[in-house]
Amino acid sequence: MRKFKRIATYTFLSIAALVSIFPFLWMLVSMTNKSVDVTKGRLLPGTHLFENFKVLFESVDMLTALVNSTIIAVITTFLTLLIGSLAGYGFEIYRSPGKDRIFNILLLSMMIPFAAIMIPLYRLFGGISSSMPFLGIDTLAAAILPTIITAFFIFFFRQNTKMFAKDLVEAGRIDGLSELGIFFRIYLPTMKTTYAAAAIIAFMNSWNNYLWPLVVLQSPENQTIPLLISNLGAGYSPDYGVIMAAIVIATLPTAIVFFIMQKHFVEGMMGSVKG
Amino acid sequence: MSKVLKRASLPTASKKSIGRRFKNNYIGWLFILIAAAGISLFYFYPMIRALLLSFQSGMGSNLEYVGLDNYIRLFSDPTFIAALSNTFIYLLVQVPVMIILALFFSVLLNDATLKFKGFFRTAIFLPCVTSLVAYAVIFKYLFGVDGLINQFLLDLSIISEPLNWLSDPVLAKITIIVAITWRWTGYNMIFYLSALQNVDRSMYEAAKIDGASSFQQFFYITVPMLKPIILFTSIISTIGTLQLFDEVMNITNGGPGNATLSISMYIYNLSFEYSPDFGYAATVSYVIVILIVLLSLIQFKVAGDDK
Repeated sequence: MRKFKRIATYTFLSIAALVSIFPFLWMLVSMTNKSVDVTKGRLLPGTHLFENFKVLFESVDMLTALVNSTIIAVITTFLTLLIGSLAGYGFEIYRSPGKDRIFNILLLSMMIPFAAIMIPLYRLFGGISSSMPFLGIDTLAAAILPTIITAFFIFFFRQNTKMFAKDLVEAGRIDGLSELGIFFRIYLPTMKTTYAAAAIIAFMNSWNNYLWPLVVLQSPENQTIPLLISNLGAGYSPDYGVIMAAIVIATLPTAIVFFIMQKHFVEGMMGSVKG
Repeated sequence: MSKVLKRASLPTASKKSIGRRFKNNYIGWLFILIAAAGISLFYFYPMIRALLLSFQSGMGSNLEYVGLDNYIRLFSDPTFIAALSNTFIYLLVQVPVMIILALFFSVLLNDATLKFKGFFRTAIFLPCVTSLVAYAVIFKYLFGVDGLINQFLLDLSIISEPLNWLSDPVLAKITIIVAITWRWTGYNMIFYLSALQNVDRSMYEAAKIDGASSFQQFFYITVPMLKPIILFTSIISTIGTLQLFDEVMNITNGGPGNATLSISMYIYNLSFEYSPDFGYAATVSYVIVILIVLLSLIQFKVAGDDK
């Protein structure tokens, strides 16, 4: 009975692991094959890798999408971390009943579905398109701006600030540092792991974001990677090898970060339940 | 002790330190200013605008107030009713299946004597690193008529001819459910695994001595101990499912007919695919808001029963 249970456990977990990994293996193999071979169900590596990448970068313009996605994700991550950590620190270190009330109100925004604010946001950016063209519809700035301030990151940084030794703030004051100086020179360096976990999540959210860019970015030269993949996938005669190459490029950054910093990655994903 | 000392020293505190405290309080507000302003501008203000919009109707930007007309229209709009019932089917089938699977995996992986634990955990978590659009496109191809799933089932003689996964109303829903479950089970599992580490092992030892079976241990120890985290993950999953968009858009495009259409996708279509009716789209979006609030409250109530 015991032995049977053991075998059942391993069989079950092995199937689960195989099902989880299979789509990854399939996309890696398919990116090296011709489209015809992919539809035939070929599961062995082929020799078409170079051609697929050539098509992807020459006729589909993956490069533009790659550059746009990188610009958006890097700026978004930087600003999200800066604003989120300033606020999380502010709420915890300068705690007051008034701020706690505001904190709770801000947390309510986590319940707001994006679909509900998408239309007013679209109209908001549409309205400023003529007076401020650099910030209107179909600009990278419009794709970035509404995504950089989220209650989740304020909450995340506040929770982690609870573990920050507050004596260090007093020590900084005695040393004559300004309040902002304490934040940048004491808090920021000691909270490196928190920033790392937050950066992973912020980057991933931005890199994979689909609905808002779909709504706000319209011209091909502003296309991001998810938009490009979605367009390729919706085509009537899809070139599977090329699409798989695009999907691998889209997945690579998050997969690499996951394997190098697995601990931070998982920590970041679970951030909201800590404390 | 230190509190007493602080209180005692307050009356003699110099003007300078009172000034400093006032100044720090003021600086504290500056720290949270950008975040509070940003969330007001990009979340609360649009919510109010959407509420106002939901009482208006018209094409594009020619809107006029029509009172509750949009809300009345909901009840006789077959597409909305289809989107709503699809979303409920996703909720009622996908969320429980995923949570039970995730719990099951986490219990198996929590066994200290299990080998290759790290490998299994990493493998099951791996789907979480994919972007929703990327995995949706992969699933679209896997479940195509000549896709690998059909080939596999044909090879095993489970089916005699290829199934139309994406063009049959029931199979298309199943495809969406399978896809979401693949993507999110590992994510939920990680929460349960970390919660299980805090469960005292001696409780299981005691249960074993009393002759409790594995199933009894699961239902009488594991589930009750993990209740708060199960509640948390089911709320997160519910909110996620109510907002389902990327998968439906990229796997089935809402079809066949409207058999897989989600509420979020209907809002998108109303605003950007059909001739734009922002007012009615905002009304539909408020249905999601109301559902999120209601379902979260219900889940809290159900979980808080025995308190």
